[in-house]
Amino acid sequence: MSRLAAKFAELKQNNRKALIPFVTVGDPNPEFTVPMLHAMVAAGADILELGVPFSDPMADGPVIQRASERALAHKMSLRKVLALAAEFRETDKTTPLVLMGYLNPVEMMGYQAFADAAHKADIDGVLTVDLPPEESVECVAMLKEKGIDQIFLLAPNSTDERIQKMDAVGSGYLYYVSLKGVTGAGHLNTADVEEKLAQIRKNTALPVGVGFGVKDAQTAKTVAAIADGVVVGSALISKIEANLDNPQKAKEEIVELLTSMRTAMDS
Amino acid sequence: MLPKWRRLSHRSMRVTEVKMTDKYNMPDARGHFGPYGGMFVAETLMEPIRELNAAYQRYIDDPDFIAELDADFQHYVGRPSPLYHAERWSKTLGGAQIYLKREDLNHTGAHKINNTIGQALLAKRMGKTRIIAETGAGQHGVATATVAARLGLECVVYMGAVDVQRQALNVYRMKLLGATVVPVESGSKTLKDALNEALRDWVTNVDNTFYIIGTVAGPHPYPAMVRDFQTIIGREAKQQCLAQAGKLPDALVACVGGGSNAIGLFYPFIDDASVKMIGVEAAGDGIETGRHSAVLCAGRPGVLHGNRTYLMADDDGEIIETHSISAGLDYPGVGPEHAWLKDSGRAQYVSITDDEALGGFHALTSMEGIIPALESSHAMAYTMKLAPTMAKDEIIIVNLSGRGDKDMHTIAQREGIKL
Repeated sequence: MSRLAAKFAELKQNNRKALIPFVTVGDPNPEFTVPMLHAMVAAGADILELGVPFSDPMADGPVIQRASERALAHKMSLRKVLALAAEFRETDKTTPLVLMGYLNPVEMMGYQAFADAAHKADIDGVLTVDLPPEESVECVAMLKEKGIDQIFLLAPNSTDERIQKMDAVGSGYLYYVSLKGVTGAGHLNTADVEEKLAQIRKNTALPVGVGFGVKDAQTAKTVAAIADGVVVGSALISKIEANLDNPQKAKEEIVELLTSMRTAMDS
Repeated sequence: MLPKWRRLSHRSMRVTEVKMTDKYNMPDARGHFGPYGGMFVAETLMEPIRELNAAYQRYIDDPDFIAELDADFQHYVGRPSPLYHAERWSKTLGGAQIYLKREDLNHTGAHKINNTIGQALLAKRMGKTRIIAETGAGQHGVATATVAARLGLECVVYMGAVDVQRQALNVYRMKLLGATVVPVESGSKTLKDALNEALRDWVTNVDNTFYIIGTVAGPHPYPAMVRDFQTIIGREAKQQCLAQAGKLPDALVACVGGGSNAIGLFYPFIDDASVKMIGVEAAGDGIETGRHSAVLCAGRPGVLHGNRTYLMADDDGEIIETHSISAGLDYPGVGPEHAWLKDSGRAQYVSITDDEALGGFHALTSMEGIIPALESSHAMAYTMKLAPTMAKDEIIIVNLSGRGDKDMHTIAQREGIKL
């Protein structure tokens, strides 16, 4: 069983929901990331999504775009993200790591080389925003061979047929994007999410994480009540952006926000 | 029976002597040109793209749609555009006979309107009330704002902040036409960033919004659809060449940024093996300097903006900033069908520097009294190299894709002249 599958099974047994923070690796600088990841685990994170910076993050809102730009200014790259992930693994053998980014860096490395490198860095899942299941056959096969889960996005306009397609090719979990838009935008509507989740669950037994619009403890709690996992990204990165001159303070504020989310989700 | 996507070419053409064979048959049902093209977008865009494709497949077969498109081409755009024999220029160069396909004479001054008319008619039939577009030089933005004004649709145009500065005149034109121009401040603040921002808008407003992409790039069906609307260029050129010169041309020359004017000219000739097809990219300061936009000549395959194609990217897959004196060629990708035509050897791709393009600009202006756009000037400059190597009874058709009025400031500035 993959680390992701095991994690969701364990959470289910304990009647808990996954808290899944996202940070862009190398933002605001490469030294910040690994200690931040450990601190997030200590604050109650179950799975970590590592954003791979890309020059043209088409599906992201301004907060994550700027995070990408800051990381790229430090020459961050897919290779360096993998190196930092491996560094994290030296002292944490259990927390599942998911790479989240765009396809082009993977294309440049080559699917097989990427699958090998991700395996070597002990990565558990890969979510490629601009790789829908239709185009993913080759990549998924190579990742699967290395025991790495390919995670797919679901959207408010995903049909039954598409959800079944994700169910067939995806593994680990599915990531439901709770609103039409880019990351960090708007507010999620609980009733809409609940209705959509019911449709999703009819078509898949995979765990479902919900993201886009999770901003604070209250939204985390609301989402946790209906989903298997809560993904939070832009709200964390906003803390980094607000404290660019003081990364230590950013780290403290992120820990504080995650702790409040954890507490709210478990209560 | 021809596949659906080729029948548009047949019908709206009203020309029977042009025989379409079934040899070339791209893309496949999911938009692949060999390994290129496809649909590489986030999940939220998959459903709108499916809807768009369904509507496109339906209406290219619809006699009312074709009739409306044909009427608009004729009465609003001013088609057919002339195929002009540049006799004086041909004689001076001393080789092949040069014919110019005068897309610069279209309403709004470039080939871009062939596509925006088609997509806007589709938007109207799909019940969309809001149009968005990206633009580089501003020609596509103006062509989009124009058709939106005519159909009474809300129009938002995304334009890199750098391009807003260097194409102020077109920004003003768009505003006069009632469009909202949004300067894009992210990334390199040019065309690619405008495209990113338009995609973000689309993903947020998919229910009422139609995204008019200006070139043969983006996710399927855009590369095929934009091509099909632009093939009017090549279909007319073929008919005109046969009528005026009594034979097919020997070579076709067109500039390639995203590649819509080039594919529009090339496509109806793909199965005519004797016709050479040459796409001219922007070498900027020179390919060796790294400051260029010659994607097919010096780039490599990757995935950006919804399709797999040649890109300007570094070893880590990050997109490299491009350069060209012409904003319309300043893009780090290229249409996937060009990538396929290059790999298959059916078309050749060459490059022309900023300085050479200016040479082409002045040559056409002084020899024929026609002021070409800087984009088209790249095709003119290559024609000056090619024509003398060919026989006097051979024919080159060059796509004069747009007129140069928009570039007066850029050229004057470059040549140290104060207007």
